[in-house]
Amino acid sequence: MNDGVVDQPGLEVRDVTVSFVVPRAKGSGDHDPSDRHLVLDSISLLMRTGEVVALLGPSGSGKSTLLRVIAGIIVADSGRVLVHGADVTARPTHRRGVGMVFQDNQLFPHMSVLDNVAFGPKMVGVARSERAERAVRWLGRVGLAGFEDRRVTDLSGGEAKRVALARTLAGEPAVVLLDEPLTGLDRELHDRLASELGALLHDANVTALLVTHDRDEAATIADRTAHLTDL
Amino acid sequence: MNRLPRWLLIALAVGPTAGLAAFYVWPFVTLVVEAVDATVLADTFGRAATWEVVWFTLWQAVASTVVTIAVGLAPAYVLARHDFRGRTVIVGLLTAMFVLPTVVMGAAFLALLPDSLDRTVWAVIGAHVVFNLAVVVRVVGSLWEHLPTDMEAAAATLGASRWKVATQISWPLVRPAVTAAATIVFLFTFTSYGVIRILGAPGTRTIEVEVWRRATQLGDIGGAAVLALLQLAVLIVIVSWSTIAQRRHAQAIGLVPTSARRRPRTVGERRFVTLVAGAVLLIAAAPLVALVVRSFSTPTGWSTAAWNDLGRTEIRPGIRIGIDPVEAIVNSLTNAAWATAFAVVIGALASLAIVGAGRAGRALDGGLMLPLATSAVTIGFGMLITFDTAPVDWRASWWLVPVGHALIAVPFVVRTCVGVLRSVDPAMGDAAATLGASPVRAWRATLVPYLWRPLAVGSVLAAAISLGEFGATSFISRSGGETMPIAIEQLLGRTGSILQAQGFALATLLAATTVILVVIVERLQSPVTGRAQR
Repeated sequence: MNDGVVDQPGLEVRDVTVSFVVPRAKGSGDHDPSDRHLVLDSISLLMRTGEVVALLGPSGSGKSTLLRVIAGIIVADSGRVLVHGADVTARPTHRRGVGMVFQDNQLFPHMSVLDNVAFGPKMVGVARSERAERAVRWLGRVGLAGFEDRRVTDLSGGEAKRVALARTLAGEPAVVLLDEPLTGLDRELHDRLASELGALLHDANVTALLVTHDRDEAATIADRTAHLTDL
Repeated sequence: MNRLPRWLLIALAVGPTAGLAAFYVWPFVTLVVEAVDATVLADTFGRAATWEVVWFTLWQAVASTVVTIAVGLAPAYVLARHDFRGRTVIVGLLTAMFVLPTVVMGAAFLALLPDSLDRTVWAVIGAHVVFNLAVVVRVVGSLWEHLPTDMEAAAATLGASRWKVATQISWPLVRPAVTAAATIVFLFTFTSYGVIRILGAPGTRTIEVEVWRRATQLGDIGGAAVLALLQLAVLIVIVSWSTIAQRRHAQAIGLVPTSARRRPRTVGERRFVTLVAGAVLLIAAAPLVALVVRSFSTPTGWSTAAWNDLGRTEIRPGIRIGIDPVEAIVNSLTNAAWATAFAVVIGALASLAIVGAGRAGRALDGGLMLPLATSAVTIGFGMLITFDTAPVDWRASWWLVPVGHALIAVPFVVRTCVGVLRSVDPAMGDAAATLGASPVRAWRATLVPYLWRPLAVGSVLAAAISLGEFGATSFISRSGGETMPIAIEQLLGRTGSILQAQGFALATLLAATTVILVVIVERLQSPVTGRAQR
């Protein structure tokens, strides 16, 4: 995409700090400011445009929280997020150009497979025929040609994951976030999807940040591996 | 199989079945067979006044439903998704409004609104909206809080604005719950009676009120019966449509246990939550506050006269109006005690029979639910025209009103008990059998002990229902046997500020009693069995 712009990173995270209020075991809704649990402590990350990075860390270490901060789903206490050099910290999620594949897919159960994949293009005002075309193309690229009219509730785990991936990529976001995308799949499917996913992300030339706790998966998919504890 | 002996199941079921047959089925059949014939049908449907009533009933119900849904969606969302100080107060207040007797709600709106709006359709719709707000908040909110928040986030990462997320993701997903809530609100408002008896005027009569008026004021039993059946037919159509609509829209949504409620974060969110919570607080509390205030206010200033004089039947020396508030309280308490006793005995026997017997149990279950589907007015009307000739001239019997109340309360007792009994693990009975217990001993040792707690809940519910019951009571209560709701309606129907204030005082008392009883119910209800309840 932005091959010519060498100096501009695809995604930059600067000193992001997030803390949550820890609810008291008993008592009313009042919280003492000291009851805060630090989830992310001044995290920084720099990614080149088109780079695929795997973020490793034990469960509960705040990997998903970081993705949510980048996507604008969670507001950080402090720190900045930049996409292609533009500061998006104050922008709402839908205007950041950041796509995300959720761990549990979050496919829209009231829409067909095609409508799920065409949702992103629809939101940016792509004409009906063109977005259908684009959705069909992406379904083909994830190996689900012919699945257009299926109900998302009838899909297998692997199929649903592919639809979620196609849905995110069809929106042509500048940055793609993947939250443990291959967790919960059986071994064989996991390995096949991992190599497909790596190829897909590189083909799309998209800046992608992948959260996982599986080193082999990280090595298969990503250009580079980062540990949350080192950031 | 360690089945219960047939004689035991029959012994359990015979009482509830006989009661249902005598006090529900028979009056209903009498209503249809004796009161309705071709002439009456032609006569009733030929009258323009009939269609005016039907039209009014329909449009006020549709308007009430639409406004209730429109007003209720924002609080449903805020209460399902956000945690904030005062949240439990608002939820509790909405629930309290919903359980108030209809007459009390009518009285509260009479107290709240200026005289120019009293006894208009706007007062009626307002009361309906406040009354039923809890339905929308509970039914829609309970789905909403189980919808994954991530699904909305997913839409946002695909470029959907807040508005697009609301219209294209949230709305389609909560629509089945909205349909369900709308159906319930429509049923309540279509059959509205107590509220309209207090707030309605001659031009604002629902079918229910018209049934009462024709049956008791005009002596047009046939016309009243036709209207009661017409209403029943409409209800059946609506419920069937709603069931089909909900099935069509139902989809396997990946429901999560409960999405964590979170405190509002951004300034916009905080403003929205504050605005909605404040509005709900105002809407729900204002009528109750007005009720209390008006019970202390007289044209000459604040006074406790209405409360002090509750026991005095003379409004001026030597002048009586035939309404004795203290006697009404005594009557209500006596009726409630008996109605609770009847409902508890019948409900307990029926619950054990329903859980113990298979298909026959389900039939009994369905039969006992019928009085809920029929309006209280229809039940009272049926009893009025059935038990008026020897040897069953029971109109003067002290027990007729409590029996009517019990008929309406039994479904609640049965639902509470059957739910708990069904969750008792049958393997415990098998375990008892392997230890040498006969089927009956095993049943007594492993199932029956779980009956007492839900029965306690059911008994409090039955008492609350009896205390507030107005529809059936307005047909079958004797003069001199007025209950609190009847006395409230009569007091508020008179002119004279002291009588009005007494009506408001009595309504305040009834509201407080009902709320206390419902709080007790909520406190009593907690999981008691080993198996997870669904």
